[in-house]
Order: sequence, then C-alpha cells, then structure tokens
Amino acid sequence: MLLKEILFLMRKDFLLEMRQKYAFNGMLLYVSSTVFVCYLSFGLRSNVLTVPVWNAVLWIILLFTSVNAIAKSFVQENRGRLLYFYSIVSPQGVILSKILYNSCLMLVLALICFVFYAFVLGNPVQDVPMFLLTILLGAIGFSTSLTMISGIASKAANNGTLMAVLSFPVIVPMLLMLIKMSKNALDGLDRSVSLDELLTILAINMIVVTVSYILFPYLWRS
Amino acid sequence: MKNWWKILTVLLLVFTVVAGLLSEVPRLAILNETIRNLYFHVPMWFGMILILLVSVVYSIRYLRKPTIKNDIIAHESAKVGILFGVLGIVTGMEWARFTWGEYWSNDPKQNAAAIGLLIYFAYLVLRSSFAEQQQRARISAVYNIFAFAALIPLLFILPRLTDSLHPGNGGNPGFNAYDLDSRLRLVFYPAVLGWTLLGIWIVNIKSRLELLRQRLYEIA
Repeated sequence: MLLKEILFLMRKDFLLEMRQKYAFNGMLLYVSSTVFVCYLSFGLRSNVLTVPVWNAVLWIILLFTSVNAIAKSFVQENRGRLLYFYSIVSPQGVILSKILYNSCLMLVLALICFVFYAFVLGNPVQDVPMFLLTILLGAIGFSTSLTMISGIASKAANNGTLMAVLSFPVIVPMLLMLIKMSKNALDGLDRSVSLDELLTILAINMIVVTVSYILFPYLWRS
Repeated sequence: MKNWWKILTVLLLVFTVVAGLLSEVPRLAILNETIRNLYFHVPMWFGMILILLVSVVYSIRYLRKPTIKNDIIAHESAKVGILFGVLGIVTGMEWARFTWGEYWSNDPKQNAAAIGLLIYFAYLVLRSSFAEQQQRARISAVYNIFAFAALIPLLFILPRLTDSLHPGNGGNPGFNAYDLDSRLRLVFYPAVLGWTLLGIWIVNIKSRLELLRQRLYEIA
C-alpha cells in the first residue's frame, strides 16, 4: 500500500519535472555557471588550486546546489494540490517519495557537476570509483536531511534564508565525513581507511530518515 | 518542605565555589591551577545536555498533547541550554588560552560545540518567524526533535573518530586519569548536580513567568 503510494507520487514528481523542466534545467545552469565562476577566479593564478582546495570547493558547490534544488520541493506545490494530497495519501508516503525523488535528482546533478568540474578544473582524483561512491553517498545524504528541512522551512514566511540557517548546522557532521572520505579517495589511499566514515554516514542517514518518517505527519497536518 | 531542592542547589553551589577555589588539587604539568576549571567548565556541558534533553522531551510531549505549557517549557529550556552552552564555550576558551596557547585552536570539540550552538540559534530564529502560536509551537517542536537527533552524532560520535587536544582524546589525560584522586571527585559531583539544578530552577521560574504572561494576555 505504502509502496504503491510512493511509486505513484514519484511518478507524479518525475512527470511534473518532464513537463515543466523547471528545477532541473535551472539547477543545471546553476551548477555550470558556479563551476565556471570558480574556473575563472582560480584560472588567474593556476598554482593556488591545491588538492584540498579542489576538494573543498567541489563540496561547497554541491552543498549549495542541493540546498537550492531541494528548497523548491515543497514550495512548488500549490495550496490546492497539497490539500488534495492530504485527503488521498498518507504523510509517510509523501515524505519517502520526496526523499527518493530528491535523491535521484541530486544524484544526476552531482554527477554532472563532478564531470564538468573535473573537465574544467582538472581531475586530481586517484581512486575514481571510490570518489564516485562518496559523491553518491553525499547526494543521498544531502537529500535525506534537506527534504525534511525544506518541509519545515516551507511553512515559514521567509523560507529562503531560513532554509540555509536551518540546514547548515544539521548537515555539517555529514559534510565533514564526506570531505574526509573524498580526500582519502583523492589521495588514492587504501579503501579500508574510509570504512569508518562510510559507516558513520550510513548511520546518520538512517537516523535522519527514521526521524523524518516519524515527524513528518505532524508537519503535514498544518 | 516543597522547596528543599532549591536550598540544596544554593548549598551545593556555595560548596562548589568555596571548595573549588580553595581545596587541594593535584599538581600536574601545564594544567597547574587551571585544573579547577573541571568544577566550572565540565558541569556546564552536563547541564546543557540534560536541559536540552528536557527541551526535546517537552517537544515530544507537545506533539502528543498540544498544550501551551509543554511548548513554553520546551522553548525556555532550549534558551537556558543555550546559556549553558555559551558559558561552557567561554570557560573552555579561557582555559584553552592558558593550556593550549590560543582561545580557538580549531579543535574538533570546539567546532562541534560551536555548531551545536548554531543549531539552537536556528531554532530560535525559526520560532520568531511564525506569527501564529499553534503553528509556531508545532513546527518548532518538529525542528527541535530533528535537530537533537542530528546533534547526537556531532557530539558523541565525531569527536571520537578524530584526534583532539581535548582531555580524554588522543592520549591526553582525561577524566579517567584522575580516577585515583578522590579529592577532585568530592567537588566535581556536587558541582555537576548543583549547576544542573540551577538550570532547572531557571527554567522553572522562566516558564512560570511566561505562563502567567500568556494568561494575562488572555484576560486583557
């Protein structure tokens, strides 16, 4: 029953995206212009871009991209449609489908971002599969925590600022782990070194999804 | 004697300050007299965690049973938790100035404490952005629980994965190193109890005041 709801809601989100091409094309342009701005600002002094800086800038771009992409997920639904959903589907279905949909969206965006970034600014990654796994975990992790935050922020008046203020502190633990893990992949260290970080990220994700699953019904009621 | 615990708080804190500043302490290199900060800095974090836990418990109670009292207690205890957190950071920085050489040395524990405070400042900002009381109470309760769940890995898991200058990490002498010294424990446990009770007392007074204020608005 819940599974059917989730699939149905995800199909609706994908269809909406296909028809409007609103979030995706906008975010694509956002990613490419940010990367290009980075290229131009570093291009003047090419020796500034060391490996840790390369890594940090990539994750900052990914963080801002996901905040901007996911902030839209509840705002774009108008009041009438939300009321309609409220009467036909369960809140758990809504939050899980949004989390899954945002994960897919972020996965595509993050991969495009990485490819473009590596193409423009050079690719110092030594262990590419591990790096891709980190990006995958990052995309999923960002979307799980940000989906709930965007639900909270969409209820408030000035949700643009609020989204950033509410999400950054919550996402920092995950970001620290991700940066460390991707640094290991960049240096081509042995994969077992990153196991601690990998497990911590998975555990944080699990906590966040569970808490969202329990709390979303209360948020949805208003 | 309904107020026995308030008298106990005063006695414990007087004992903490007098005994904490005057009693014998072990002589250790670098730490020297700053070891007395154990009675003031560490209890702040114990108090903060406990009072924030009170805040989360009342947020959960609010979601189960939406009364104005639950919301007020959750809000006031979050504020007192922030106060304890700020005092903990300030006492820690003062201590770090004399033992680590700098107020802020980019230590994982310091960073985690700063991020934890940011989460609760965001909670206050979120509260102030709603005009309607019921909506404000429910949505901030949701954020409070969510943020607390995100805070747990930050405070308890991450610092253990990285090296830190902080006592108890990376081979630095921690609380266990003092285990043999019962003189420190004699003051430390009363200090923790005293400061925490003081926090609960502040929460108690502030929420009663806030409740009375709300009632006054309703009558007026």
